Amino acid sequence: MTRQTRERMIEALLFASAVTAVVIVLLIMVFLFKEGAPFLIRYGIHTFCLGMEWNPIAMDGEPSYGIFPMIVGSVYIAAGSLVLAVPLGLGCAVFLVEIAPPWAQALIRRGIELLVGIPSVVLGFFGLVLLVPLIRESAGGFGFSILAGSVILAIMALPHIISISADAITAVPETYKQASLALGATRWHTIRNVILPAARSGIAAAVILGMGNSIGETMAVLMVTGNTPILPEPLYDVLDPVRTLTANIVIEMNYAAPGDHREALFATGIVLFVMVAILNAISHRVLKSRMEAGR
Amino acid sequence: MSAAVRTRIFSPDTTDRVASLLLWASAIATVLILLSIIGTIVYRGIGVIDISFLLDSPRMSGAEGGIFPAIVGTLCLVAVAILTAGPVGVGAAVYLTEYAPDNGVTHMITFGVECLAGIPSIVIGLFGYAFLVVYLGFGFSILSGGLALMFMILPWTVRASEEAIKTVSGDLKEGSVALGATKWQTIRQVVLPSALPGITTGVILGTGKAIGETAVIMYTAGSSLLLPESIFEPVRALPYHLYILASEGISDDMAYGSAAVLLGMVLLINFTAVTIQRYYQARSGLRH
Repeated sequence: MTRQTRERMIEALLFASAVTAVVIVLLIMVFLFKEGAPFLIRYGIHTFCLGMEWNPIAMDGEPSYGIFPMIVGSVYIAAGSLVLAVPLGLGCAVFLVEIAPPWAQALIRRGIELLVGIPSVVLGFFGLVLLVPLIRESAGGFGFSILAGSVILAIMALPHIISISADAITAVPETYKQASLALGATRWHTIRNVILPAARSGIAAAVILGMGNSIGETMAVLMVTGNTPILPEPLYDVLDPVRTLTANIVIEMNYAAPGDHREALFATGIVLFVMVAILNAISHRVLKSRMEAGR
Repeated sequence: MSAAVRTRIFSPDTTDRVASLLLWASAIATVLILLSIIGTIVYRGIGVIDISFLLDSPRMSGAEGGIFPAIVGTLCLVAVAILTAGPVGVGAAVYLTEYAPDNGVTHMITFGVECLAGIPSIVIGLFGYAFLVVYLGFGFSILSGGLALMFMILPWTVRASEEAIKTVSGDLKEGSVALGATKWQTIRQVVLPSALPGITTGVILGTGKAIGETAVIMYTAGSSLLLPESIFEPVRALPYHLYILASEGISDDMAYGSAAVLLGMVLLINFTAVTIQRYYQARSGLRH
């Protein structure tokens, strides 16, 4: 074999590995839609996504497949987690970049690395044995709740929000800060009126990405939210249980018979896929425009 | 407006002090959350763990006995995932950093990697079930579960390897090419060896992710508690075992023990990865 053919073959092989990810994404879409789309069309996207009742094995009468309560559940818990995680994470990021002495910086960075590594099922277990009883005893209700899900997801989102926001804050030019301090502003005024506004888009990207991750999270949420496929009543009651889209798939795949029921779970997967894809696309758009503005 | 009002009530110095107090508090809260999770799991789990817990098979659906088959199952699944995602990920990274022209195809590849990283794990699990278990006929098996895990960690190995390869200095490469080496010889004998610590770190971190993953393997690897004899047999991974123990209320003690073992495995792996990275960073820092 000549040198040149050898080089060409290797390049082809490397190209093939590079294309693998694209092929997998395409296969995922093909199989998800192959299994779920016929049902979606048959049942109606509208009735599926906005239907209020999920009752796939109706003993008497027609089974119904409405996932609106689960869409609400997923969004509710993800939004709740951000309400908790963003202020804390942002505070931590500002502290990390602007205030922390070196030892505290090292400690927090190590801590974030550890927190990222904790498997979601372990966090869910922690929520199940500690958080759920705590909520039940102190706030009342069932314990398995929107609140529990939001807290656990907030813990999962925290390290990502801290590290992306810290990067955005680090990227603010030093001259902005010095100018503000030279004008007599205190350190806090500089952080609030100069640094945070300048880092705004990076932080926004972190928040949107966090939302996408939270909606896609499965195990941790599944173990603490109670999983009842109905809307909370009243809607603002964070102590009510809910079921998320991800939990719907995991719980029912076990016993869903082939046919409408199983296809409805794949259709749930399609809805989940689309929601997360939209959030990720927005987040990338924000980050990209930020990078271009930086240039 | 509100800032102006507030400064009239409190002096700027006071606001500054209160604000930094709050920032300190948020950092301390973060560390406390972490410590309470790890502390609880380790404190309650450590008493359960002994040799027979690690090396016995579960009895009475896991209420008694040990978790040996689940540990073996997890290791098998992760081995398949790493042995496939490693080479493909490094190959993809070499292509993207050293060969890829700046054109539509390359953009599509980078976009594909991004997309795959963003897909929720349960969706990958569903796909694994439809494609690997049913369509390709692999059944519930180590092979199906391992490949599904590979789909999940592939983007991370690609990115980590890309980062590692990008840090290899251009001088080294030019020196090699100037000596008459071909592109591939340069990559194999100059670029890859220098990027190896970074690549290793990335792959080890991928292992850490794969070990704790549950949703991907639930409907691909099965849930058998017997020891597997080939990669075509089903296994129950440790995180899935933990989920079943906890959610079905089989045994709190066994669940704490399993959680502690799982957490220990993940933390050990991540610690190894970070240590390798720091060691090589310190060494290359000395060299310059």
